[in-house]
Amino acid sequence: MSQLVEIRDLKVAAKTDAGRTVEIIKGVSFDIAPGEIVALIGESGSGKTTIALTLMGYTRTGCRISGGSVTVDGQDMVQLSEKDRADVRGTKVAYVPQSAAAAFNPAATIMDQVIEVTRIHGLMPVDAARTLAVELFRALSLPNPDTIGDRYPHQVSGGQLQRLSAAMALIGQPKVVIFDEPTTALDVTTQIEVLRAFKSVMRKNGIAGVYVSHDLAVVAQIADRILVLRGGEVQEIGSTDQILHRPQHAYTRQLLGAFEPVPRSPAEAAQVVDLHPLLEVDHLVAGYGPIQSDGMPLVRALNSVSLSVHRGRNLGIIGESGCGKSTLARAIAGILPRKGGNIVFNGRELAADARHRSREELRDLQIVFQYADTALNPAKSIEELLGRPLAFYHGLKGKARDQRVEQLLDMVHLPKSVRHRRASELSGGQKQRVNFARALAAEPKLILCDEITSALDTVVAAAVIELLKELQRELGLSYIFISHDLSVVEAICDEIMVMYAGEKVEQLTPSDIGRAENHPYSRLLFSSTPKLDPGWLDSLEQDPELVRAYCRR
Amino acid sequence: MTTPVSTTAPRRTPGYRFNLVGIIGFSVLLFWVVVALVAPWVIPYPVGEIVDYDYLAPISDKFWMGTDYLGRDILSRVLMGARYTVGISLASVTLACSIGVTLGMVAAVSGGWLDTVLSRFLDAMNSIPSKLFGLVVVAAVGSSLPVLVLTMAAVYVPGSFRFARALAVNINTMDFVTVARIRGEGTLYLILSEILPNILGPVLTDLGLRFVFTVLLLSGLSFLGLGVQPPYADWGAMVRENISGLSFGAPAVIFPCLAIATLTISVNLLIDNLPQKIRDRSDA
Repeated sequence: MSQLVEIRDLKVAAKTDAGRTVEIIKGVSFDIAPGEIVALIGESGSGKTTIALTLMGYTRTGCRISGGSVTVDGQDMVQLSEKDRADVRGTKVAYVPQSAAAAFNPAATIMDQVIEVTRIHGLMPVDAARTLAVELFRALSLPNPDTIGDRYPHQVSGGQLQRLSAAMALIGQPKVVIFDEPTTALDVTTQIEVLRAFKSVMRKNGIAGVYVSHDLAVVAQIADRILVLRGGEVQEIGSTDQILHRPQHAYTRQLLGAFEPVPRSPAEAAQVVDLHPLLEVDHLVAGYGPIQSDGMPLVRALNSVSLSVHRGRNLGIIGESGCGKSTLARAIAGILPRKGGNIVFNGRELAADARHRSREELRDLQIVFQYADTALNPAKSIEELLGRPLAFYHGLKGKARDQRVEQLLDMVHLPKSVRHRRASELSGGQKQRVNFARALAAEPKLILCDEITSALDTVVAAAVIELLKELQRELGLSYIFISHDLSVVEAICDEIMVMYAGEKVEQLTPSDIGRAENHPYSRLLFSSTPKLDPGWLDSLEQDPELVRAYCRR
Repeated sequence: MTTPVSTTAPRRTPGYRFNLVGIIGFSVLLFWVVVALVAPWVIPYPVGEIVDYDYLAPISDKFWMGTDYLGRDILSRVLMGARYTVGISLASVTLACSIGVTLGMVAAVSGGWLDTVLSRFLDAMNSIPSKLFGLVVVAAVGSSLPVLVLTMAAVYVPGSFRFARALAVNINTMDFVTVARIRGEGTLYLILSEILPNILGPVLTDLGLRFVFTVLLLSGLSFLGLGVQPPYADWGAMVRENISGLSFGAPAVIFPCLAIATLTISVNLLIDNLPQKIRDRSDA
């Protein structure tokens, strides 16, 4: 047998709450050669994780493999008994989860958990397992490989923990490893190190892999072949090079297209000329925790940040997790009262606490949150959600309000029929549109968008960005667009502010990106964003000094 | 979109359907509520009148549930007792939960000193044993219906407050509440429109459980002689009056006990089997 994994006509069925059986994987077939890494790519709900899990003969609760075969190293996982499957898991097939933090037991040391697989399967003596684990730590370029195993999971960083979970998977010397979005939750600068470690260890040991991801650029770095999935069906399968450069299927082209958004044309931005800034933030200080004797909070999340936004123009705020970008939005909106500095909006100074701002001030400045799931009240219909700000700010009632709700739905390209639905009955992209429409209902001058596309699939996110640009043309809005994703910010913003550790690093225009005179941190951040070029990771060279100074790997 | 909007009917998914156990629980509860309402017109004998010379009599054609220690008709007394037991319990539990849930939501939404003051005050109330509290109050001001209702409501406000506050605190941190707050909405809108619909499922369940506790507390107080005063009696008082008949298995003590058991168990069954639609609200 030449192929390590052979999947033939795989079908997985799931039972819905209503008791109906639906097929979520509709006959998928592919092979994995020994030492080959195959990526499964697609939007959420496309079945990529479900397929990857069948390699272990496992399905999530409520699902079952209803047809086809999954042959791993000569054994059909579908036919095996549960006990035999358990023997295969960890020794032939291993799994690296998306969230390593949730996969580690906080009460046991890392070493005990990493070598647990060898103990369960009785593979080797404990001492041999420890030695092997240390070798793996070294191969995954973890710091202090000899002692890191004695620590507890909360004592290492997120990127380290993700590499440690890879060590846990590799210790049983499996033939194939399943990576389930292992870098999605990591910062870009951390992601590079993790990807590099994965790639080198897999290549060195000749291990085959299944890499599940929604990010084409990440996949391009690590995979030999790419499987494009949608709705439980294979859309296209081909080598990484072929998928990236000669995509055959329309959906693949759409995915690729969404990856390179059209930047806002300078002409568009130049149309708006207003010398007075709409929003001026001056030396803003905000934070969390009890107030200290100097009148400042214990943890200062924002340290003297200044910015200004002009009418009709957009400011992007970019930075890694914990840099204070969301705190900035919350301080501007008055959710988290500032402890120092000043905010001038539309020529008037805004009170620190939203409770002390006038209704008009609140109306002019709207905020849209990242997770539409938690931002929309699940007990209300879309009509009620959109109707309330109309009644509250504009006093609209009855027919006038209904008409305006329809207009708003039309503006965000949603059918009128969603009016009576609840948020839970909409898709992720639709929910985010409703979320945005609610902000529009107030007829604001400035909208703070806090990572609004981060929870969405690439194609859906691109459509939302297009919508935002269109609405800006029509309504003359301004946006403050907060994101960790450079390509999104580039697509919509006239100016980009880079933040690090609660401070503003610099402010630049999209055309400045990549210039030599950029601040060192900006250079590091921009160069860490994966490109659609398979050779990008291998050819990427970063100044180790810089990495040491700014990365918490 | 060319479809006329006015014709699109609201979408209703799972619906308000009970399962079998829920229906049984609901039916028994409904039965006792109806009995409580119509009792004065259906009782065969006046409640306080001694109708039989044989006391603690067995079941007979004339007296379907026998007679009590004075020779009064048990059936009439059980039917009228439903008025007291169901009525007083329902009134006090409704009062307790409305006050407790409202205060709980206000505390969660306002936070700060108001939350601290309310929480500590109600915690202090919680530390007083309920039966002792009942004893003291009834001994001090005497037993009357309003006193009973208010006393039992006071006993159950702290628990209800804590329950609602714990749920509301979780909802309060959700983004949609933040959105409403920075829209400039007042506390009343926040608690009624944003918080309450999302905690209604568990709150209703809690109301049912608390109703059961109230029935048991009332029965207990009556058993101690502090509840409904003779010649009228709720079920707890009837158990006490006829306790001497227990040793020779008189129906006079068994039927009031059965009445208490059926009422409390049926409420429990009902709240465990509320329709999906109501339960869904909590985990949405």
